[in-house]
Amino acid sequence: MTTTILDLPSQNSVNSKKLLFPAWAEIVQIIPEAEGVSTLHLRFIEPEVRERYRFEPGQFNMIYIPGYGEAAISLSSDIETSPGVLVHTIRHVGNVTRAAARLKMGDMVGVRGPFGTAWPLKSIEGMDVVIACGGIGLPPLRGVIYQIIRNRAKFGKVTLLYGARTPSDLMYPKEYETWKSANIEMSVTVDRGDDQWTGRVGVVPMWFYHFRVDSHNTAILTCGPEIMMRFVIYEALARRISPEHIFVSLERNMKCGQGACGHCQQGPYFICKDGPIFPFSALQGIFNVEEY
Amino acid sequence: MNERTLSIGSTITLPKPELDLLMTDLHQRGYKTVGPVLRDESIVYSDLDEMRELPRGILTEQSPASYRLIQTNKERYFDFIPGSQSWKQFLFPPRETLFTGMKGETWHLEENDEPALHYALIGVRACELAAIHVQDKVFMRDDFTDPKYRSIRENLFILAVNCLHPNATCFCRSMGTGPKHSSDFDLCLTELEDTFLVQIGSDLGRSLLEGKRFDLASAFAQNQANEAMDQAAASIVRTLDTSDLAGLFTTALESNRWSEVAKRCLSCANCTQVCPTCFCWDVTDQMDLLGKSTRRERIWDSCFNPNYSYVVGGNTRPNIRSRYRQWLTHKLGTWSKQFGVQGCVGCGRCISWCPAGIDLTEEVAAIRAEVKE
Repeated sequence: MTTTILDLPSQNSVNSKKLLFPAWAEIVQIIPEAEGVSTLHLRFIEPEVRERYRFEPGQFNMIYIPGYGEAAISLSSDIETSPGVLVHTIRHVGNVTRAAARLKMGDMVGVRGPFGTAWPLKSIEGMDVVIACGGIGLPPLRGVIYQIIRNRAKFGKVTLLYGARTPSDLMYPKEYETWKSANIEMSVTVDRGDDQWTGRVGVVPMWFYHFRVDSHNTAILTCGPEIMMRFVIYEALARRISPEHIFVSLERNMKCGQGACGHCQQGPYFICKDGPIFPFSALQGIFNVEEY
Repeated sequence: MNERTLSIGSTITLPKPELDLLMTDLHQRGYKTVGPVLRDESIVYSDLDEMRELPRGILTEQSPASYRLIQTNKERYFDFIPGSQSWKQFLFPPRETLFTGMKGETWHLEENDEPALHYALIGVRACELAAIHVQDKVFMRDDFTDPKYRSIRENLFILAVNCLHPNATCFCRSMGTGPKHSSDFDLCLTELEDTFLVQIGSDLGRSLLEGKRFDLASAFAQNQANEAMDQAAASIVRTLDTSDLAGLFTTALESNRWSEVAKRCLSCANCTQVCPTCFCWDVTDQMDLLGKSTRRERIWDSCFNPNYSYVVGGNTRPNIRSRYRQWLTHKLGTWSKQFGVQGCVGCGRCISWCPAGIDLTEEVAAIRAEVKE
């Protein structure tokens, strides 16, 4: 079993010397995405923090709402076009994220971050890329899609597999045309269609039944419900894609973001600092252990 | 008054009442002395300003799910084995305020910057000192340092004590942590009948002895102490086979034993609360009823707490089987991969204070036996 995990991006964080002390950011835009999901655009109040803060797609912030607490939310910004603005797509299902749903333009939230590993785009240049995501698993990959578009010639065939419960749960629908016109193959599937739905109905991993992949030259980036990722990995491995070329974003309960509070452990890893992005090669003997 | 010069490594004998003067000196130097006191039929660590507060003539008897005190008439102060508490509570308090927030036009946060106390720990056992070193690796890593832990840790005075009466739940020998101290203390006591044999471990420790009524330790006193320590070591019968524990658990993640222990485990989290190395914590906001102010607190958490592994859509460890497995495989297996040290020091607290009497040494042996089959 290889345990090589990804290096942390060289980054510049909010970087408070005080324990768990956030930097303030103002909500500058709110975009409703779907039922119970919205995107917040945040801007740091302090120019100095705004200047310093850098991240890479795949990383996350801890978003603090006073009186409620913190939630780990991945960054979905396009790093080039939105300097100084943090884009967070949030599903409002927990204590903190439901409070986030009630926030208005101009309200302030605390931010700590960025934390964790990033999608290793440099290491997969020259390869075909299959991005396989489901539900709220798309936002952590949105930044990657824009990075690929910007460097489109450096990648082979790029396919985005995206699954949602219903057509109205699909996120960022206005951006699909931009993605497709940049030569990204999109395969969207829903669990249940509606009257207008003419696309696929089914689950994300089924794509593998219908299309061929170049085993030796395909990288998989996957994020979504664990059961979906499990089958994506299964199908990819069955097609002899190397575990080193399958990248998985894991989710666990996170409180500190620094591998200190213990909550996000899975096997030897602290998902918040050793992940959330792992090559599957580092997860063998861990990922498939039930309730571990 | 003794004018002979002392140096680090010197061993002296000190009349027992001089310990009081030593504590007075520590107070004058700004230290808060904390140590073992008798409370609620147990030994707890608390404020300790004078020797008369020490538990005198107390022996302890421990077994799975049992901790009993035995009162003797002896003028001895450190014959007991510590109770459920460990020094962890001073370095890593069970509850502490990180910052407070006040809502005006917007929220204003204020860090809790109370200066760290300078603690003098009176009576640290070898396994407990090992536990502090384990937590040092957790809280003072290269890539993450807990500023609160560090400020307390760096100002610690450690008065170590060699264990002379280990109990049936102790297995420090297996973990290589005790019962005898080797280094990293300021002063180390071995209790003899009328005196303390004191080994000097630091300049601070040496300077505290200046002006005390001590004698350089005679060969007789040293022999007495060594004999007592050898006897203590020999009296430890509980063992834990530590060979390749990480490897053992990698192959035993689906062992039947996890389901078996889950039938007995109450998931009460006692083991993690009494463990001197368990470090997991949670953060919570305590908001006032008007929503105008909040206090952000760090509190001890436990992998046995159902909320611990909660994620949206469910719990990643939904049952006792998975929680006990996490605790044991982390403590004895993955911990060393994370921090480069073993997570268990063999103090035996989790055995004595488990209401169901679950004994991790027995669990490990059972898992080993199952894997061998």
